[in-house]
Amino acid sequence: MSIHVSEPVRWIDVGGVDEIPRRGARRVATPAGDIAVFRTGDDQVFALRDRCPHKQGPLSQGIVHGHSVTCPLHAWTIDLATGEPTGADAGKGCAPVAPVRVEGGRVLIASRAVTPA
Amino acid sequence: MCKCTEHGHGVVRKRIVAEGLKSMPAVMQALEWKTPDGCATCRPALNYYLLCAWPGEYADDKQSRFINERAHANIQKDGTYSVIPRMWGGVTTPDELRAIADVADKFKIPTVKVTGGQRIDLLGVRKDDLPAVWADLNAAGLVSGHGYGKALRTVKTCVGSEWCRFGTQDSTGLGVRLEKFMWGSWTPAKLKLGVSGCPRNCAEATCKDIGVICVDSGYEIHIGGAAGLHIRGTEVLTKVATEQEAVWVICAVTQLYREEGWYLERLYKWMDRVGLDSIKAAIEDPERRRALYDRFAYSQTFFRIDPWAQRVAGRHAEEFAPLARSMELADA
Repeated sequence: MSIHVSEPVRWIDVGGVDEIPRRGARRVATPAGDIAVFRTGDDQVFALRDRCPHKQGPLSQGIVHGHSVTCPLHAWTIDLATGEPTGADAGKGCAPVAPVRVEGGRVLIASRAVTPA
Repeated sequence: MCKCTEHGHGVVRKRIVAEGLKSMPAVMQALEWKTPDGCATCRPALNYYLLCAWPGEYADDKQSRFINERAHANIQKDGTYSVIPRMWGGVTTPDELRAIADVADKFKIPTVKVTGGQRIDLLGVRKDDLPAVWADLNAAGLVSGHGYGKALRTVKTCVGSEWCRFGTQDSTGLGVRLEKFMWGSWTPAKLKLGVSGCPRNCAEATCKDIGVICVDSGYEIHIGGAAGLHIRGTEVLTKVATEQEAVWVICAVTQLYREEGWYLERLYKWMDRVGLDSIKAAIEDPERRRALYDRFAYSQTFFRIDPWAQRVAGRHAEEFAPLARSMELADA
């Protein structure tokens, strides 16, 4: 008989919300690849793998509008909450979501998102 | 314009000026935008319309610019960037070439390529390295070539009367003069110029947005060429006798295009929409031409600035460095 104990989530502080431009994004460089951390016009924070499902464009470099980002390479628009393309490109893959939360103005990302699988 | 608004580009531009709208929220409120902060189509357009209408007053919103204009470099398919320093009129020096070679060595830049605009492109630069690359280029006197922008690109020239057996005027000198006066200006879409010293047209001026063909009796000024997705030859706008008049006409027609063009509308498309005759009428009227030139010259007092040097000095440092690197991270 074995008892499965799920490991508690460890959170890693990657910086202050105010270090991310409003309607913008910053990269977090990790051994598991870059993570894009977005701050929307209404001050919500989202995090995705920094790779567009289309041709791996760096989403952190896109224009942030509403709760979406438009990829800089070929203008796919990605929903920040789900990582999924919207509009004509809906259903064509997704940019994996990195668990993120904000505490006291700091951006925290789940450690499993920053360590290689 | 986009799904955020019922209005077209023309109405938006007119109302920005007529109603004195000087910020993006003011435009979106007055014109009843349907989204809270626009989209990737309307925001860059509004940013351009505002900075064109209110030079020196409107504060540029970098978050509303496409990455290339935000980073002042061209994003490539692998997420690296390319860097093109300005070479005024396509003229360079041994010292500039050594500085470019030294930068390519120091930053291990994988590809060095000559462009179609008589400049040198450094391809495969890491974004984190951009400010340091620019610092070394600046130290040799090299500034941004705006090869990434909806902006004045290059002024391509031939060697003209200084060297060529057939040259009728100093086409290189005119190209350098135009580029030194016009660089840094933002336009609805990219703006390419060419100056050829004789009708043999070695600078290929008749497929540029604005081209000059030098002849014995002066300067033929052409507009509306293109050699991209569409290819077409220019139309003759006017002919003038002196280099000074050529500069006036070219700056005036550029300003008219800046004020009337829709965002991303190349000069030839604007010309097709408004008609060559309406452009000729503005340029042939001495008062309108003078007023257009003056507005261009005034705007240039704000925009004829090297954006690379500003960033070398620390402006928008957050654009280039990552928020964090994993080796700096610790548990919260």
